[in-house]
Amino acid sequence: MNSNEVFAMKVRLETCKMLKARGFGHLGGALSIVEVLSVLFNDVMSVDPQNPQDPSRDYFVLSKGHGGPSYYSTLALKGFFDVSLLSTLNNNQTNLPSHPDRTKTIGIDVTTGSLGQGISLAVGLAKGFKMSEKSNQVYCVIGDGECNEGQVWEAIQFIAHHQLDNLLIFIDENHKQLDGTTQSVLNPFDLAKKVEAFGLFTQRVNGSDVNVIKEAIALAKSKTTVASCIVLDTVKGQGIPYFEQMDDNHHIRFDETSMAQLDSAIESLEKKLLEVSHD
Amino acid sequence: MIKPFDRNHTTEMRAVYAQTLIDMMSKNKDVVIMDADLVSASGTKKVFDAFPKQSINMGIAEANMMGVAGGLSLSGKIPYVHTFAPFATRRAYDQIYLSGAYQQANFRILGSDPGYWAAHNGGTHTSVEDLALMRVIPTMNVLVPADAVALKWMLHYTEKAYGMFYIRMGRKDYVDLYQEDATFELGKVNVLSEGKDGVIFAIGEMVAEAMDAAMIVKQQFNLDVAVVDVFSLKPLDKESIIKQSHNKKFVITAENHSIINGLASAVSEVLVENKNHPPLRKVAINDRFGEVGTIDYLSKTYQVNAENIVKAIKEFI
Repeated sequence: MNSNEVFAMKVRLETCKMLKARGFGHLGGALSIVEVLSVLFNDVMSVDPQNPQDPSRDYFVLSKGHGGPSYYSTLALKGFFDVSLLSTLNNNQTNLPSHPDRTKTIGIDVTTGSLGQGISLAVGLAKGFKMSEKSNQVYCVIGDGECNEGQVWEAIQFIAHHQLDNLLIFIDENHKQLDGTTQSVLNPFDLAKKVEAFGLFTQRVNGSDVNVIKEAIALAKSKTTVASCIVLDTVKGQGIPYFEQMDDNHHIRFDETSMAQLDSAIESLEKKLLEVSHD
Repeated sequence: MIKPFDRNHTTEMRAVYAQTLIDMMSKNKDVVIMDADLVSASGTKKVFDAFPKQSINMGIAEANMMGVAGGLSLSGKIPYVHTFAPFATRRAYDQIYLSGAYQQANFRILGSDPGYWAAHNGGTHTSVEDLALMRVIPTMNVLVPADAVALKWMLHYTEKAYGMFYIRMGRKDYVDLYQEDATFELGKVNVLSEGKDGVIFAIGEMVAEAMDAAMIVKQQFNLDVAVVDVFSLKPLDKESIIKQSHNKKFVITAENHSIINGLASAVSEVLVENKNHPPLRKVAINDRFGEVGTIDYLSKTYQVNAENIVKAIKEFI
C-alpha cells in the first residue's frame, strides 16, 4: 500500500469517527471525495501546516461544502490542527461547522456551502494569481448535483475563456444528490462532454483509485495554456458498502442499524491500518 | 465645505468614476475594475483600454462576477465591480452575501442608475430596493455620494479600507455641492446647512433637492431648515441624527429609493428609540415598481424631488 492509499484510509476512518461522535452528518458526499482529498493534500499541493497562511501556498476550494467532514479529517491528518478537534463537528461554538468556514478553521482557504459559489471564488483566486504573476495553484472540487447551478457554467465558461491553467476543477460525479439520483432529479447528461465542449482539457477517471487520480492530475498539469477538469467517477458513501447501497445517504441520522454498520466500518478500517503499519 | 448652490453646475458621475479609477490603478497594481458587459455604458472603456491587465469584463454573468470578485480579493486584489443597481444587488444577492460579506472578502460594488435614473431602460432595470437589500447584510458598508466630490472620496477611501462596500450612484450629471477639499468620514453625516426649525436628512441625488427645498421654504415661509447629507447609510451616524433632530419642529427624509427599508427606515429606527422626537415625513418612492420615462417625468411620478420635499414641510406650517 502506498502513502496515498494509507492516507485515504485514515481520512475515511476519521470521517466515520467524527460523524459517529455527532450522530448525524453528510456522510455520503464526504466519503466520495476522500481519495481526491488524499492525493491533493498528501501528494500534490504545496501547503505548510506550520504556516497555513503562507502567501505562496496552493489553495483548495471545496465548492461542494457539505463534504466538510472529510476535508476536516484531511486537514487534521495533515497537521493543520489536532485530530482530537474532529469530534467537535457541529457542536455549539465549534470551529468545525457542517460547511467549511475560513474564518473559523485553520487551513480552510475559502468559505463555501451555498452551491455553485465556491467555483467562482476559486476562479477569482486563480485569475488573481495570474494577474499578479504568482505561481500559486488552485484546486477546486464541485459536486455533480452542484452542476445543477447555472453559476457553475458561468464559471466554467470564464475558466475556458481566460485559459486558467493554474486552476484544476474536479467534478465529484457520485451520481446522487439530496433527493435521489442525478438522473432522476435533473439529468446532468454527460458532464465530461459538457465541460469539454467549453474547451477545457477534460478527463473522466475512477475517483476511488488514488493512483489513477494522481496520474490524471499529472496529465492535467502537463497541459499549459488550457484549463483542465477531471470528472471523478465515484460512489456516494464510497468505501463502505452498506452506505454505498443506502438510498438516502446524503445526510444520515444514524439509527441502531446504521450506527452498528458505522462501528463495523470503523473497526475494519482500524484493523486494516494496523496491518499496514506492521507491514 | 460646500459650494454656493447652483443647479447649472453639474458633473457627470461616470466620468468621475472612470477618471478616479485611472488615477488609482496607475498607482496601485492591485486595484482591479470589473464589469458585466456594461463597460461602454459605465464610461469605463478608457479604463479597460489603459489597464488591460487590471480589468475584467465578466460578460453577462453577475453571479459569477461577485464570486470571482471575492476570490480575487482573497488573492490580494482590490476589485471595483460595476453593473446597473438591480443586477449589482438583487440579481446576485446570495453571492454578495456569502462570497462577499460572510466570506469576509474585500470588494466594492458600484450599483448605477438606481431609482428614477433607470429612465428609458424602464421598470425591469429599475432598482428601488437596493439600499434595503444591502443595508440588511451584516458588515456591509453602504455609501451614497451626493456629488462628484463625494464619489471621489468614496473610491479613494475604499482603496485603503478592508471589507465590503456598496456604492450607489447615477451615471449622469449630479449638481456640484462640495468644494474639492470637503471632508468625509465613514459612519458620519455632513451637515450642509444649519437650521433651527426643521431638518432634512437626504441621501445621494436627493441632497441637491433638499438644498433647493430648504431655499424655497426660507424664501416663502422664512423657515430655517437644516440639510444633512447621510452619505454613509451604513454605518449610520446615529448620534448626529439624534442631535440634528433635537428641538426641531419636523424631520424630513429624502431618497430616490423605496419608502421601505432605505433612509426613511434607517432614520426612523434611530428616532423612535428616543423620547420626544419630532414628527417625521418621508419623501421616498412608494411601495411600487418602476416604469419607463424621462428622469424629469419619473422623479415627478415617483414624487421624489424638491417640490415634494417642500410639500412635506408645508404640512408642519
